[in-house]
Amino acid sequence: MLERRSPVLTYIVLTVFLLLVITPFVWMILGSLKTQGELLQVPPTWLPDAPTLDNFRRLFDRPFGRFFTNSALVAVAVTAGNLLLSSMFGYALAHLRFPFKKLLFVLVLGCLMIPGLVTFIPQYVLVVNLGLADTLPALILPFLVQPFSVFLMRQFFLGLPRELLEAGRIDGVGEIAIFFRIYLPLAGPAFATLGILTFLGSWNNFLWPLVVSSSESTYTLPVALALISTGQNETDYGLLLAGATLIVLPILVVFLFFQRHFIQGIASTGIK
Amino acid sequence: MSASTTATGPGGATGPTGDVGPSPAAARPRRSRRGAAEARAGLLLALPFVLLFAVFTAWPVLQSMFMSFTDMRISDIRTPFAVDFVGLENYRAAFADPVFRRAAMNTGVFVLLGVPLTIIAGLAAAVALNHGVGRLRSVFRIGFYSPVITSIVAVAVVWRFLLQPETGLVNTVLSWVGIDGPHWLGDQRTALLSLVVMAVWRNFGTSMIIFLAGLQAVDPGLHEAAALDGAGRWRRFVSITLPSIRPTMLFVLVTTSIGYLQFFEEPFVMTSGGPLNATVSASMYTYNQFGFGNYGVAGAMAYLTFLVIGIVTLVQFRLMREK
Repeated sequence: MLERRSPVLTYIVLTVFLLLVITPFVWMILGSLKTQGELLQVPPTWLPDAPTLDNFRRLFDRPFGRFFTNSALVAVAVTAGNLLLSSMFGYALAHLRFPFKKLLFVLVLGCLMIPGLVTFIPQYVLVVNLGLADTLPALILPFLVQPFSVFLMRQFFLGLPRELLEAGRIDGVGEIAIFFRIYLPLAGPAFATLGILTFLGSWNNFLWPLVVSSSESTYTLPVALALISTGQNETDYGLLLAGATLIVLPILVVFLFFQRHFIQGIASTGIK
Repeated sequence: MSASTTATGPGGATGPTGDVGPSPAAARPRRSRRGAAEARAGLLLALPFVLLFAVFTAWPVLQSMFMSFTDMRISDIRTPFAVDFVGLENYRAAFADPVFRRAAMNTGVFVLLGVPLTIIAGLAAAVALNHGVGRLRSVFRIGFYSPVITSIVAVAVVWRFLLQPETGLVNTVLSWVGIDGPHWLGDQRTALLSLVVMAVWRNFGTSMIIFLAGLQAVDPGLHEAAALDGAGRWRRFVSITLPSIRPTMLFVLVTTSIGYLQFFEEPFVMTSGGPLNATVSASMYTYNQFGFGNYGVAGAMAYLTFLVIGIVTLVQFRLMREK
């Protein structure tokens, strides 16, 4: 018999810890509903005296709808592209024999360890020379191919039985059709994981769009928020907290919906 | 069979060849034809990714290396190859630059404080969740992971607000117990520490998730046997749990270290490296050089970080493999 200390203590410690961890979010949401006067009060109030959506209204006096759409468009495109391209390549790496396979795999995986700043400047030079600076495609194209995505999809397809491939061949299904008609429909769980990961990465992506975008027509939410938070609105905390809430809330909701897949997927990349 | 050398990429016949009759005599040629079809399919499926990868990753990696040996500046952006070779001058300039040296030292401090704290917090949370927490487990898990999925820009806004010297929540709470909190981000002594705490808050969820998966590999039978022999909780953790999760520990150690060696976003959005370069990191200073238009110097600095990451990773693999 294994002695089990009562879990009450564990619960108490974890709960205190949890409250500490989520305080910034609670503070953000509560703060976004307070007036500027209340936000500067000493000592600060917990609950808003007179909850108001005024900060959000002021936020949308600026083209924040546009920034929101930009963020969403870019994230959806990056996610869809990643799922398609890396599942195609990942499947080929897992189940097909073709020339230069080893070399390509090693090259792509080798790039996992390369710091982002190494490729950053040449990518910028490239985008400028392609005439793509300050366009949405410039925010999408470099992120369509990520070594991590290929690795994840390859691992996933390796876990699917090879017999499916053999059976498809015996039934006279073409090699490429075998992928699209037999293996791809089974990729749901991997797509859930990779999809959320890429969507999150793109939604939160900050530095690249900050450098590449230079007009309101291509700003994403993080860029827009960063720009207003360094200008004359630096201490307009109501406005800034409303902007932060606008970025964080949708992603928290998406995360709550898919968290099971998401967490399993991340964990599975770690134990291999 | 040398089927692989016959593939020629797009243009050849694609798809199935239809004749799948069961004639044993034709088995050999048919198999090699299938091999060719397989090779062609493999290349076709790889092609879109590989092409984009070549353009947007592989090529930039090489160009970055090239750039680091030239005097390229922002004015050369349209003609990135009409530049002069300067040998190792950019690397020498990086080492000679006192701010870069300061940045490298700060990065070392970020790594030495951030990596252990992140791993300890993540492991503690994972072990706690793995024992005796049943129904509320996913609530805690989501809560602890939520900082990871949050935009750094939003995080910066909220934390700057929390750390406000007069109206901030942190100093308000401290004042309840009679402590006069400092100007966290404006004081050289506390700015770096504040960023470390924020980074740990942002990152420990990732290591927690991976440790949670790794802990599944721990044999509960061993724990029970050790408990029967009178081993306490701490003793069992050290002698059973830790050795069992060695591969997970290595993975978390390597990925967390790589992350902190590239420490960038926190100082960038919170302090811009200040006050007086107290929080500037190597990556951030590299980015600043890019901003100043010194592309060659920035390339050299980026490659220096790359080199350090490679060395640290190798050393960690060595250390963890032994024993």
